[in-house]
Amino acid sequence: MSTPAEDVKPLAKKKKKVPFNYSPYVRGGKLPHIWCPGCGHGIVLKCLLRALHTTEISKDDIAMVSGIGCSSRTPGYVDFNTLHTLHGRALAYATGLKMAKPKLKVIVTTGDGDALAIGGNHFIHACRRNLDMTILVYNNSIYGMTSGQSSPTTPQGKISTTGRYGNIEPTFDTCSLAQAAGATFVARGTAYHFQELEKVIFEAMMHKGTSVVDVIDACPTYYGRFNKYKTPTEMMEKIEKEGTVSVKQADKLLPEELQGKLLRGVLYKSDRPEYCEEYNKLVIAVQAK
Amino acid sequence: MANNKKRFMQGNEACTEGALYAGCRFYAGYPITPSTEVMEICAARLPKMGGVFIQMEDEIASICAIAGAALGGLKSMTATSGPGFSLMQEGLGFACMAEVPCVVVNVMRSGPSTGFPTGPSQSDVMQAKWGTHGDHPAIVLTPASVEEIFHETVRAFNLSELYRTPVIILYDEIIGHMREAITIPGPGEVEIVERRVPSCAPSEYKPYDVQGGEIAPLASYGEGYRFHVTGLYHAADGFPTNNTKLIEEACHRLLRKIDDNKERIWKNEEYYLEDAEIGIFAYGVSARSAKFAVRELRKKGIKAGLLRPLTIWPFPDRAVEEMAGRVKAIVVPEMNMGQIVYEVERVAHGKCEVKGIFRVDTEPIRPAQIMDCITGNGSKPPAPNSKMAEMMVERDMLDG
Repeated sequence: MSTPAEDVKPLAKKKKKVPFNYSPYVRGGKLPHIWCPGCGHGIVLKCLLRALHTTEISKDDIAMVSGIGCSSRTPGYVDFNTLHTLHGRALAYATGLKMAKPKLKVIVTTGDGDALAIGGNHFIHACRRNLDMTILVYNNSIYGMTSGQSSPTTPQGKISTTGRYGNIEPTFDTCSLAQAAGATFVARGTAYHFQELEKVIFEAMMHKGTSVVDVIDACPTYYGRFNKYKTPTEMMEKIEKEGTVSVKQADKLLPEELQGKLLRGVLYKSDRPEYCEEYNKLVIAVQAK
Repeated sequence: MANNKKRFMQGNEACTEGALYAGCRFYAGYPITPSTEVMEICAARLPKMGGVFIQMEDEIASICAIAGAALGGLKSMTATSGPGFSLMQEGLGFACMAEVPCVVVNVMRSGPSTGFPTGPSQSDVMQAKWGTHGDHPAIVLTPASVEEIFHETVRAFNLSELYRTPVIILYDEIIGHMREAITIPGPGEVEIVERRVPSCAPSEYKPYDVQGGEIAPLASYGEGYRFHVTGLYHAADGFPTNNTKLIEEACHRLLRKIDDNKERIWKNEEYYLEDAEIGIFAYGVSARSAKFAVRELRKKGIKAGLLRPLTIWPFPDRAVEEMAGRVKAIVVPEMNMGQIVYEVERVAHGKCEVKGIFRVDTEPIRPAQIMDCITGNGSKPPAPNSKMAEMMVERDMLDG
């Protein structure tokens, strides 16, 4: 039997190797999180915190808003101004908050069901307004919190508790939807390509206007189990690694090679007036009259 | 705005004026008849005052946006009518649970569903109390004139800040679109309640720590107090809890903070009630007809009196109980098929007869209808509307 001192030693050694200190950003006593073993959400949170650290924005000036679902539990774990709201409505709360306090850097953590189904209307209108906020869609193609129902991003043919014989509904492409609705920064990453994801989230946060990052991650507990993925690793490899192609790689590939694959990286960027600034201009003009 | 000057104004305009007077600097809304003027005037006025106006994509977004803005530190409001009010119910529940002060105006129209959009009604009075799921507190104000809309809107903001809760202003299309003389008070003439903010260090702050009282101070986001707000049951620190004791205590406190203060929230007008033998309990536009009826009945030697609540929720139990102990009968005219009458009946508890006068043809209840009910001519169909008689429902006296 090893002594406690012996147990601690290798851990302490390992700690020295960790280049990034998460603790200033994580609320004391709020971990462990509720996410299942193998879930990608923890990786997304890590990338998000590392990206936020790089922006050097003060914690007091960061507001994190979420709706309902697994991804929406993120704000509870982090030491910012945090608001956990109603299913689908995070963007509406975020809009009110951002307009009331434009200095806040508003980040919305949401899921594929929260953002694209029940919150679909708020999603397109948030993109249209182009308020300066970052929307992270934790996209695991299923409703995890309620145990595995079909979502707007469940691929056709895949199994869920509400699509027992295979989902027949076409899917939403988060990025195409965001771009069409008017978002001025649209990107995709995966939990598997975590370094890439951190960079993409950083860029999204530095962008002035509505930025949307579609983050492909895995729900091994439900999606994986129903769809015969043996391990979370297998899911990550098949869905996130083999199922996506970076924008750079895509240039070298034939259209048929891109068939069925999602593009990773910054997919769209444009410069359009930001809503709070436009509103401020309006106020100044009206008051000058 | 000319201060202390008599103006001729529409009810919906008075609502906006009251909101701005109270310090409202954020409006989010969605157009809906018959409340749209509130929004339109906010759209014109708020930018001039440096406030925020935003037209949202629906009423759900509107109530969520005002709660978000309130947490950002602004006094905020939205206005709607029946269908929009139905959509707002979940957001209202969130504001109750998270204790976010905000004001929601419902200019009542005929329902259910799209109903008759330009037709007045008083049929949301129960929804205003019970619309959102779960046990929750409600403060609902029922002004009956243009001037009163102004003052009740100011009071709504004050109560919402004082008790950290959403407050609903409920008036019907008639009052909303009616034009009357109104004197807008000068700055400082009417008390304005400001939000109680924490005085402790940010690291000490707990957004639901009531410290022996019922209401905790509320910080704004972005001012160093990095706190958590959720619609889940939460502990004093704002973080979710599944501790059954804490859940029970949180629910009790939510209700208690209004119930224990109802004496301060209640507001009634009594009209010839002192020696009345017949009491009328009426709110909103129906109270105007009731007042007229009281005068006419008095001229005929019938001792009628009116109890008019300006706070309909929490229900004015004590005033109704007192009235029930003194009068032979209470008549409750309302523009629905019977809602608040049951509350009156509950409180009267058999001490006197309770009669409802209901009307849902989108015409106001006329004084004659109330007078006929009291003088016993209620069975005769009052001309010209023969349907009216059918809608006058006489309720049997309760046993005991």
